Amino acid sequence: MLGNMFEGFAWDLVWQFRATFLLGFLHTLETSVLAILLGLSLGLTFGLMSTCGKKWLVGIARVYVEFIQNTPLLLQVCFLYYALSFSGHGIGILATGIVSIGVYHGAYMAEVFRAGIGSIPKGQFESAESQGFGYFGVMRYVILPQCTKIILPPMANQIVNLIKNTSVLYIIGGSDLISLTYSFVTGVNTGGAYGPAYLICGLLFFGMCYPLSTLAGIWERNLKKRDQLSGALKE
Amino acid sequence: MGVMIRLSRVNKVFGDLHVLKDVNLEVNEGEKLVIIGPSGSGKSTTVRCMNFLEVPTSGKVFINGEELTLKNRLHIIRTYMSMVFQSFNLYPHLTVLRNLTLAPVKIHHKTEAEAEELARKYLRVVGLESKAASYPAALSGGQQQRIAIARALCQESKIMLFDEPTSALDPETIQEVLDVMVKLAKESNITMVVVTHEMGFARKVADRVVFMEDGRIIEEGTPEQLFDHPKSERVKQFLGKILQH
Repeated sequence: MLGNMFEGFAWDLVWQFRATFLLGFLHTLETSVLAILLGLSLGLTFGLMSTCGKKWLVGIARVYVEFIQNTPLLLQVCFLYYALSFSGHGIGILATGIVSIGVYHGAYMAEVFRAGIGSIPKGQFESAESQGFGYFGVMRYVILPQCTKIILPPMANQIVNLIKNTSVLYIIGGSDLISLTYSFVTGVNTGGAYGPAYLICGLLFFGMCYPLSTLAGIWERNLKKRDQLSGALKE
Repeated sequence: MGVMIRLSRVNKVFGDLHVLKDVNLEVNEGEKLVIIGPSGSGKSTTVRCMNFLEVPTSGKVFINGEELTLKNRLHIIRTYMSMVFQSFNLYPHLTVLRNLTLAPVKIHHKTEAEAEELARKYLRVVGLESKAASYPAALSGGQQQRIAIARALCQESKIMLFDEPTSALDPETIQEVLDVMVKLAKESNITMVVVTHEMGFARKVADRVVFMEDGRIIEEGTPEQLFDHPKSERVKQFLGKILQH
């Protein structure tokens, strides 16, 4: 059985249709990059809102985070796509993917930002305020730069999860890597090459995600090393 | 010589705690005012109300005649005030030099070169010119506090607030910080408000000493009046305890 799946013809078929896989790869990359940008913007915005101390802003941020985190991404994708389509305001598969996945991970990223900002001692905020920095100056020059090394690992996690979650677009007929791979292996002319097709698909995902987590790891280690160095130079 | 800071019937309430009770206080331009008193007496809250790190529950704060409000707070801080904290609060992600130049560049719109010149000048004042490239974590507590003073000086403000600047320091390093503050008090025309337990410092530099207890100003006067001839029993008792150490 397994032998069948990896027969030579299957590999030939995948090679013949390599453009399909490349297209899926590029669509997934495109969706991911734009969804990451949207997610980070929403995450930063709502993360700042939940730490700003103004009750109504904190409330809005809580509603967003809880609502998105406690409903399935698949449902959100379907809702956005079908509900909008049937009401005549369809925004297309690509935009649906970017918005729904960006909004979904934005909620998790908001929590990452909230935790990062919350871990900075109160004295840092006061120090910057006493120098005349307004809210955004305090955040930009003093608080957020200190959050980087705390935020980095969970944020890299979110980004990798986001890329993998582009696979939910299959449900609305996306042209992302998972959807195209699935169409390929079930297609009339191309069907049957399960083993190689899924393997290639997996390798392409790995090629996107692994460098990201590795880079984030290196960046984090460098930041920590700098901390140790700066502390170790004490005379 | 005008009134630089005026607190008018300032009250501060934290939950059930009434921390400041109708505090009235004036600080003249160039005056060195020291606030003493037992812990929990409201002296830190008093200075923190002066730049609205704590917003008074009621009462008014005037800086150089202008009422401090949530709206003009940033403007007034930028124009008049800097602060030195008990826990230094240097920015750990920036070098000493960047700690000093951040506000001058981002707030006071100086060029990097101007700000750096300013920073080096004040690093000389606190005797830490050689530490410009270090990160705060590499410095001792006393050095960090001297850097924090230099950072405040870089704002070139008319008013400097000190909230227990030596309370978190090792006994050995307290003196180096006090020396810098004495120098500053003697040689500059900056209006200084210092909350401290260092009576020797108060005696040496204060134009006026204020004794607070339980959210109120109990007594005020020159260091001689307050330390040598205190009027109230409570001040006598407090000084007696401090001097026994």
